[in-house]
Amino acid sequence: MAQQLLRPWAVRSASAFRQTMAPFFQRFSTATVVDNLRYSKSHEWTRLEGDTAVVGITHHAQEALGDVVFVDLPEVGKAISQGDSFGSVESVKAVSDVYSPVSGEVVEVNSELTESPGLVNKGPFEEGWMMKLKLKDPAEVQSLLTAESYKQYIEEEGH
Amino acid sequence: MARRPPMHLLRLQGFSIFHQLKLEERLLRTTSQNWCLINEGTSPPAIVMGISGKPEQLLDVKAVIRDGISVIRRFSGGGTVIVDENTVFVTLICGGDSVPIPKLYPRPIMDWTEELYVPAFRSIPGFQLREHDYVFGDRKFGGNAQSITRGRFLHHTSFLWDYQDARMAYLRHPDRAPAYRVNRQHSDFICRLKDHLPSREVFVDSIVHAFDHQFSLEETDLDAIQKTLTDVPHLNSTYVLSTCQLEESLTQKQ
Repeated sequence: MAQQLLRPWAVRSASAFRQTMAPFFQRFSTATVVDNLRYSKSHEWTRLEGDTAVVGITHHAQEALGDVVFVDLPEVGKAISQGDSFGSVESVKAVSDVYSPVSGEVVEVNSELTESPGLVNKGPFEEGWMMKLKLKDPAEVQSLLTAESYKQYIEEEGH
Repeated sequence: MARRPPMHLLRLQGFSIFHQLKLEERLLRTTSQNWCLINEGTSPPAIVMGISGKPEQLLDVKAVIRDGISVIRRFSGGGTVIVDENTVFVTLICGGDSVPIPKLYPRPIMDWTEELYVPAFRSIPGFQLREHDYVFGDRKFGGNAQSITRGRFLHHTSFLWDYQDARMAYLRHPDRAPAYRVNRQHSDFICRLKDHLPSREVFVDSIVHAFDHQFSLEETDLDAIQKTLTDVPHLNSTYVLSTCQLEESLTQKQ
């Protein structure tokens, strides 16, 4: 009985400790936010390569989700609007939707993620990229958060 | 006393697990309300795999085909279960603003459900959430899976009120097993709720009572739900694998 009462308290205390110490750890962690990317409040990133946007999920998202075991990506040729769910990520027992930061047509998906979904955890900004879109409206990128704004967003939201 | 958020409660008996999963996905994706579905048993027996489950890795596919067992792929994550008239299904579908979970990620949701269920299992020593399973000590009696989308989440559990060892034989030992299983055979890893509670009715009532601590439950029925649902296009990820698909899986690398 005591164990049943104490365990949830212990979990909450540990969570509160992590939240309090997060800014401290963030200053010493590597690649939690990358400067030349743009970010959405749902924790996806995008990088421009000409008129193509590369999209993935952030370090924060992969850390919160846990070990990724499956990634469901859209088909090449599919039209996606900003804010639409473009796929999902399975981490152990949960499937979480991922949302496109920009609108466009899917021109390529990262087929490596089929056999190696853990790349999303290992390199969320590099080898864990998810899809490439031919941009429909480049101006949408300006509506996204800069690296600095995203860092601030994470801190203010208590992530 | 803090105001409890409203939640619709749907109680079913023997409802098709396939149709239950289709309904759950629709309620999650096309409504903004909170829901609790409790289904006592399903018939005929069926195998339910998570979104990424591969039959050739998780099942004795030849036996499944031979015996005509339906294999359903569901929209949520997690592992594979065989369900039947002795399985009790409990599903929660909630908006993020209705629950005291700061951010809707898998672990915080799972931890919150443990707290939610504590009153229901207060009479049984050793109840806890262990990794991602509900256990008494080190014996699993309930498996969980989740789906998270747009500020809402679904958490569903299949509780083992009772089970038949012969039916468990359709399931292979998964590659991804919880650490606390320690390579135990299925029969040593799971336990029956009926060995711990006087009746299924008591079990279900205790669940409802536990949920009533946090939500204001309002009982509804399928007809009432069908009348309120709109024909909004939504992602439909739940389907039954065909015999062809199962046979094809036998040619895949295991």
